[in-house]
Amino acid sequence: MTAFTKTVADGIARFVLDLPGEPINKITRGVREELEHLVDEVARDAAIRAVVLLSGKPDTFIAGADIDEFVALRTRDEAYTLVKGGQALINRLPALGKPVVAAIHGACLGGGLEAALACTYRLATEHDKTKIGLPEVQLGIIPAAGGCQRLPRLIGIEAALDIILAGKTLPAKVAFRRGIVDELVHPAVLEREAMRAARQLAGGWRPARRGRGVKAALLEKNPAGRALLFSLARKQVRAKTGGHYPAPLTALQAVEHGLRYGVDAGLDFEAASFADLAVGDVSRELVRIFFATTALKKDFGVADAPPPRRVQRLGVAGAGFMGAGIGGTAVTQAGVDVRLRDTSLTAVGKGLAAARRIVDERLKRRRISKYEHRRLTAQLSGGTGWAGFRRADLVIEAVFEDLDVKHAVFRELEEEAGEECILASNTSTIPIERIGAVLRRPERVLGMHFFSPVEKMPLLEVIVTGRTSPSATATAVAFGRRMGKTVVVVRDHPGFWVNRILAPYLNEAGRLVAEGVEIERLDRLMKGFGFPVGPITLLDEIGLDVGLKASSVLHEAFGDRMRPQEGLKAVVAAGRLGRKSGAGFYRYAKGKRRGVDDAVYALIGTQPGSAAIGDADVRDRLLYAMLNEAVRALDEGVVRSPRDGDIAAIFGIGYPPFLGGPLRTLDRAGIPQAVEILRRLATTYGDRFAPAPRLERMAADGERFYPDD
Amino acid sequence: MTTVPDGRRVAVIGGCRTPFCKAGTALKQFNAVDLARHAVVELLHRLELDGATVDEMYFGQVVASPVTPNLAREVSLLPQFPRDIPAAAVNRACASANTAIAIAADQIAAGRADTAIAGGAESLSDVPILHSRRFADLLIALSRARSVGERLKLLGTFRPRDLVPVTPAIAEPSTGETMGQSAEKMAKMNGISREVQDAWALRSHRLAYAGTADGRLLAEIAPVFPTEGEPIDRDNGVRTDSTLEQMAKLPPVFDRRYGSVTAANSSPLTDGASAVLLMHEAKARALGYTPLAFIRAHAVAAVDPGWQLLMGPALAVPMALERAGIAFSDLGLIEMHEAFAAQVLSNIEAFESKAWAAEHLGRSEPIGAVNRDIVNVMGGSIAIGHPFGATGGRVTLTLAHEMRRRDVQFGLISVCAQGGMGFAMVLERA
Repeated sequence: MTAFTKTVADGIARFVLDLPGEPINKITRGVREELEHLVDEVARDAAIRAVVLLSGKPDTFIAGADIDEFVALRTRDEAYTLVKGGQALINRLPALGKPVVAAIHGACLGGGLEAALACTYRLATEHDKTKIGLPEVQLGIIPAAGGCQRLPRLIGIEAALDIILAGKTLPAKVAFRRGIVDELVHPAVLEREAMRAARQLAGGWRPARRGRGVKAALLEKNPAGRALLFSLARKQVRAKTGGHYPAPLTALQAVEHGLRYGVDAGLDFEAASFADLAVGDVSRELVRIFFATTALKKDFGVADAPPPRRVQRLGVAGAGFMGAGIGGTAVTQAGVDVRLRDTSLTAVGKGLAAARRIVDERLKRRRISKYEHRRLTAQLSGGTGWAGFRRADLVIEAVFEDLDVKHAVFRELEEEAGEECILASNTSTIPIERIGAVLRRPERVLGMHFFSPVEKMPLLEVIVTGRTSPSATATAVAFGRRMGKTVVVVRDHPGFWVNRILAPYLNEAGRLVAEGVEIERLDRLMKGFGFPVGPITLLDEIGLDVGLKASSVLHEAFGDRMRPQEGLKAVVAAGRLGRKSGAGFYRYAKGKRRGVDDAVYALIGTQPGSAAIGDADVRDRLLYAMLNEAVRALDEGVVRSPRDGDIAAIFGIGYPPFLGGPLRTLDRAGIPQAVEILRRLATTYGDRFAPAPRLERMAADGERFYPDD
Repeated sequence: MTTVPDGRRVAVIGGCRTPFCKAGTALKQFNAVDLARHAVVELLHRLELDGATVDEMYFGQVVASPVTPNLAREVSLLPQFPRDIPAAAVNRACASANTAIAIAADQIAAGRADTAIAGGAESLSDVPILHSRRFADLLIALSRARSVGERLKLLGTFRPRDLVPVTPAIAEPSTGETMGQSAEKMAKMNGISREVQDAWALRSHRLAYAGTADGRLLAEIAPVFPTEGEPIDRDNGVRTDSTLEQMAKLPPVFDRRYGSVTAANSSPLTDGASAVLLMHEAKARALGYTPLAFIRAHAVAAVDPGWQLLMGPALAVPMALERAGIAFSDLGLIEMHEAFAAQVLSNIEAFESKAWAAEHLGRSEPIGAVNRDIVNVMGGSIAIGHPFGATGGRVTLTLAHEMRRRDVQFGLISVCAQGGMGFAMVLERA
């Protein structure tokens, strides 16, 4: 089995990479060995004057290094050896003394781009599938096959850092604009033009690469400017990673080191730090999440899932904030026909305008052309009647959270929508079973719990009852994915998964405020722990009324341990509903937060700073309230596996990814140790911390949530 | 006897239109393509039509944008349709949408299509404003100039007055007479008094208001949602408060001294769009549609624009009736386009005139006596407004719906158009 096909014509060697048995090209051990051999041949063959590197796959050039090889690394030395070997091979391209042209169509990522950067000249196709980037830091590692050396030298330090530090992937057009590729061509002439470039290069021609502008010259060409640039970038990285993710900072050092001490020293730095990171905890967790989300994308949430039906038309009942968000996101992401329905034309008009703004935003960010924008907005329509719903494949209800209102809507939908249409509710608090109870065919009813704002939040909980048909589930899951969501199938149980584990955490935050812990301190602590925002900020964002309502439902279902903090009711009663009302725990003005509103403490009946409680206890109370509840919910089968629960917490709440999710956190802490912490918290702070029975059982039996690693 | 020998009857299935709004008001942010697309998307939803069913599209537009000269193709490229539906824009002035419907019907009758969408749109808020010919010539010459010297020389010929733009006027290119002047002339020649014109206009408003209030007109309208402000679900030219006394106070527009045509008894410049779904009868049945009406016959005719410009209907109507094989007295409903009250009343007078029949049709009897109670029962273009390219779709839909409500066997459409043309169509109960 060979990955490369080599043909020589007219003094130009043409290498076509087509990895056998794989849908995409990646740099495997085999590929490296073959390339090594080919390069040797070319070096020896005086008749060959230039090389063109092409892909035989339809939509990938080279998608990156082989991630399985990377996962199999056990020690730092193995990692170091691997990366040094890769560097040596890639270094042979510029050392060949003959021009090498990369002809890029499809994904050119990570190691694939690093190989292309080592070539003399790059052409890329102007095509949606052609994506160019260095996503390494997203897996907790750095580009270590020369990416941190060659990219800044090619396109400038600032531009390179922008890509490397955020792990960005660019469309071909942008990559061309930034100077990563030299030419942008139609896919039909890629090979022809690559051969032409190779002949020209063989004849001694060299491209005149563009200068990088005055600002770049001023900053990057002198040591003081560079120092300033790096120190600014470092500050930004620190703020963004909160010190929890070492890769971006390391990548920055690799770039800086190489620029100061030369390419070879830079490569050594890349290799050494790659080896450290590759076997580190953060990278391991990020890679696990990557694999888990990849696996989730193929999982329809039911055993032996029937093929999902293709949704072409979506009906949305209720054109409020959520309905409009769902409609707008469905149009932009899935390109389906969306019909919004509400009871008044004014409501429909507002909903359509809000949905359209989501499409407008894509245009503004240049993600779509004005022609695509025109096409997408033409797919948004609405009215006060049910016109259009009979042909809908899926209807999502997003009306007021009240069972009677939902019943009325679902009864109408049963008449107005087609027989085969799937009926979904976007409820966050009402059991789906109860909503479907009034229908003749509850098997087509399920929940699709989107998070707000729909266009930004990456998670979708698909909630199935005991009666939901597997076909309905598979269709809803598939459509959620087309909407760009990570989809987790969840059992119909109060609070579902995300709100279930979030409620005790937020309740505990309320209790801590009532005990006199400063609001800023709570937020600072949990943000420092790795959450994107602290619990009180989160409450303000969700809306205190919404939070209180969800808590009350959970309190009713699960009793005392879910009792909402009484003070919260007083805050809501005072009309402070969070950001949306201009005041919650914090004050807001002109869309910006203006600091804590001290009046809140009085409403709750406490004095800020009056609590004598250490940071560790504050953090443990908040965190373990969530972790313990996660175990109970898992035990009740709310999610099907620890994997689903952890991914949903990361994408739904922003649970720190480097910790791998709530259940993974317990594994890492040690189950017996976690039980100990909970027992201590229960003794000191109350029975709500009593360890979940399953956790105690696991501690006794020496079990883990993830037994295999 | 029908005009379709092989029995392929063409059914009007349904359709909808945007609200008709005075130019420069509620719909001014939209162009004609936007309006037509909106009406068609709504048609698809309301009639639960799969876009792939449609074979052809025809849309009328009078003042087309040079950027989108084929309105119909822009509509057929909506994402709800496959990309391969051929479409043509049609211009027969105020009878453009009627002509679009007639062409589509003929394509279906001839077996060249089974399903077609036809209609029209006009935005008089968005008319193309052109550069003067001198300025256009200069720009073209500049783009061809080879040297700076040549360019400078050309620029030297520029005069500020070259910048005065050319706006399309509603005037006959062959005579220079504006539409209003023609109506004024007709009023004088046919002895149509100011009072009867105003009375007709008032009637138009009252009936349109009643048709809106009881929901019959609203049912045909696809509400439009502007980016700013409230949704629009009704025509904004219909007046509830007009009185004959107020109308009498308005000065005549086209002949201040001897004239009688005023803003109140003329149709206003209007934005709007309409769309009608037509199907071969058997196709409709196969897809489970109940036709509103069948198209029985249609006809066009023209007179010398220099004579009485808007008398075309008095030639087209008898032709269509003859093709339909029915008499005027068989008609249970009539929809007459109201460009001007003076024109409607002149046309009616001609229908009832022995002299007209003798002189223009070679007949001894008049076309027929007109029962005013069955004419424009929900008002006409004077009240509702008249987006040139779209009106034909409106009258077709209104007639088809009302024929069904009243269980009328035959209905007539009569439309006058620029260039001295007239259009007539006979619908038959389904």
